[in-house]
Amino acid sequence: MEISGWGNYPKLDVRLDEPIESAGIMAALGQVVASGQVIARGAGRSYGDSSLSRHVVSSRFMDNFIDFDAERGLLSCASGATLEQVLDFSVPRGWLIPVLPGTRFISIGGAIASDIHGKNHHRDGCFSNFVESFTLLLASGEIVRCSRDSNRPLFEASCGGMGLTGIILTATLQLEKISSAYIKQQIFPAANLDAIFDLFEQRCADKYSVAWIDCLAKGQARGRSVLFAGEQADQGGLENRRRITLSAPPVFPAALINRVSIGAFNRLYYRLQARGRGPATRHYQDYFFPLDWIRGWNRLYGKKGFIQYQFVVPQDSARETIEQVLTEIADQGKGSFLSVLKKMGPENTNPLSFPLEGYTLALDFKLEKSLFPLLDRLDSMVVDSGGRLYLTKDARMSKEIFTRSYPRLDEFRRIKAEVDPESLFGSMQSRRLGLSD
Amino acid sequence: MQDSANKAAGILIIGASSAIARATARLYAAQGCRLHLIARNPESLRKTADDLTVRGASAVTLSTLDVNDFDRHEEVLQQALQTLGTVDLALICHGSLPDQRASEADFELARHEINTNGLSVISLLTVLSTHFMKQASGTIAVVTSVAGDRGRQSNYVYGSVKAMVSTYLQGLRGRLRPFHVNVLDIRPGFVDSPMTAHLQKGPLWSSPQRIGKIIVRSVSRGRHTVYAPAYWALIMFIVRSIPEALFKRIKL
Repeated sequence: MEISGWGNYPKLDVRLDEPIESAGIMAALGQVVASGQVIARGAGRSYGDSSLSRHVVSSRFMDNFIDFDAERGLLSCASGATLEQVLDFSVPRGWLIPVLPGTRFISIGGAIASDIHGKNHHRDGCFSNFVESFTLLLASGEIVRCSRDSNRPLFEASCGGMGLTGIILTATLQLEKISSAYIKQQIFPAANLDAIFDLFEQRCADKYSVAWIDCLAKGQARGRSVLFAGEQADQGGLENRRRITLSAPPVFPAALINRVSIGAFNRLYYRLQARGRGPATRHYQDYFFPLDWIRGWNRLYGKKGFIQYQFVVPQDSARETIEQVLTEIADQGKGSFLSVLKKMGPENTNPLSFPLEGYTLALDFKLEKSLFPLLDRLDSMVVDSGGRLYLTKDARMSKEIFTRSYPRLDEFRRIKAEVDPESLFGSMQSRRLGLSD
Repeated sequence: MQDSANKAAGILIIGASSAIARATARLYAAQGCRLHLIARNPESLRKTADDLTVRGASAVTLSTLDVNDFDRHEEVLQQALQTLGTVDLALICHGSLPDQRASEADFELARHEINTNGLSVISLLTVLSTHFMKQASGTIAVVTSVAGDRGRQSNYVYGSVKAMVSTYLQGLRGRLRPFHVNVLDIRPGFVDSPMTAHLQKGPLWSSPQRIGKIIVRSVSRGRHTVYAPAYWALIMFIVRSIPEALFKRIKL
């Protein structure tokens, strides 16, 4: 069966097992030998080739809840459960997942394997900060419990480890007490790159912050942005909302996504947001997951798909590098509707975790031949300034760029060699990056 | 769902490990219902029970049964019905998707599929209908398939068994009507579940969660035949309208 990540690039013909029981995973693992390597896949929301391999074991039907401690806000569930399933259950009970990415359609297993970050990274860090423990199925067939107290090296290597240490079966999460399902939002327009960086530095104390950036604006307006700052509201109730969702058409002509349409959209969007509005209260689903209302938005980039390019650069070189990157993109006339800029907090101790203290920028690019040389040039700018790319979005980075930018790679390799000496777990991405042979 | 005595509603689910059954059970659990689950695999049953308890079910009880073990139907069902007391809904969800090619050539395989998807359902309905008649309330719901609407060369073993069950339900519906028992026939189209894991998915596919919502809504509204999602009613109307002389030439 041919599958791909969320970016619809690359595609791979795979053997896909979708068991409803961990027993089914064990059975599938027993048959890997013939096909080489296997990789776990959750909701299939990583963008590139992280969850592609000749043999793929999906956890998406293993989504049962195991236990909920309503006093302490501890939820145990199978790894295929999605953030949506957890939030639908926990929010009406007054508990929120403390780290939320831009979509609620990802799996808990995927959130751990990607060590995802959210709009509060500068204050609260990554998803792994709120993972009490998880159970991991190793290449040997053994199931081990990993937490900060037991098997800590394996715990840290698996958080952000892209599924290369084993298959996460269940997890226990620490949820965050809330008294409202709403977020108090403040919108700040920024006329250019300097203005948005100043804003981010001023708004450090806000719990949530994220900025949309117009990646095609040039000259004085280069880097014009809109910052969305947020705080937990304490009123409005705890109800989950059910809004009608739109669905992207099954086939969409990618030619409609071009410099002209993106430029027009960006100008209009900026003008609408920059009109300046006072603080507003928004439901958490609208604040955190604006794109979830368009099902299958990835199809808008056409059959060939797209690449989401997300990098982080350290604080001291951030302004300079991001300006350099934006100039290069605007000069090439490439660009995306939703480019996102965010200030990040300090890095954690997980060897492959993406964030580091500085700024991250995420951009969508429609797939076309001329894109690859551009991204190679951006890679050099990012890595030369001490930054790195997010593996969960990556589909094309070179082994050399990867090796230069993840300094704790050897530590990860050592742990992987210990628990998976024959490299049973591997993906297209891990082979490309030399993470599994 | 609350019964008149304001006690949590009692729900019996057969084939409780199926994706549609799980999705439906979760919705009833969130309403605080009492559930009795029947399925083949005890490990899987136990996990489903934990899941439903966490989600708010006021009680979850279990029995293991291989639906092809016809001799145990009466005993297992009687015990389940006794445990639940008033049964507001009995939902039959179990099924398998036969390998059409293989069962064309091997009658033993076809017989096995017919037993699993058809005769076992009729055997279970025989026990249930007697109980519901005495109880004089509630709903019997069975998950069949749009495949039962017309025999297609690509899937006619499965289709013909589902058609048998649907026709049986039509008769049963009339028989139980005077006893205030509703008989609901749910006909899903393509459902993205472990049963169809090997098939390439497309725009017409729905999630088990969507089917679950339709089941819960249809039960509370007292519907009798429900295509899930509703657009399958139109698709199957067209499929049924094609003259046989033409239909036999279409590779469908």
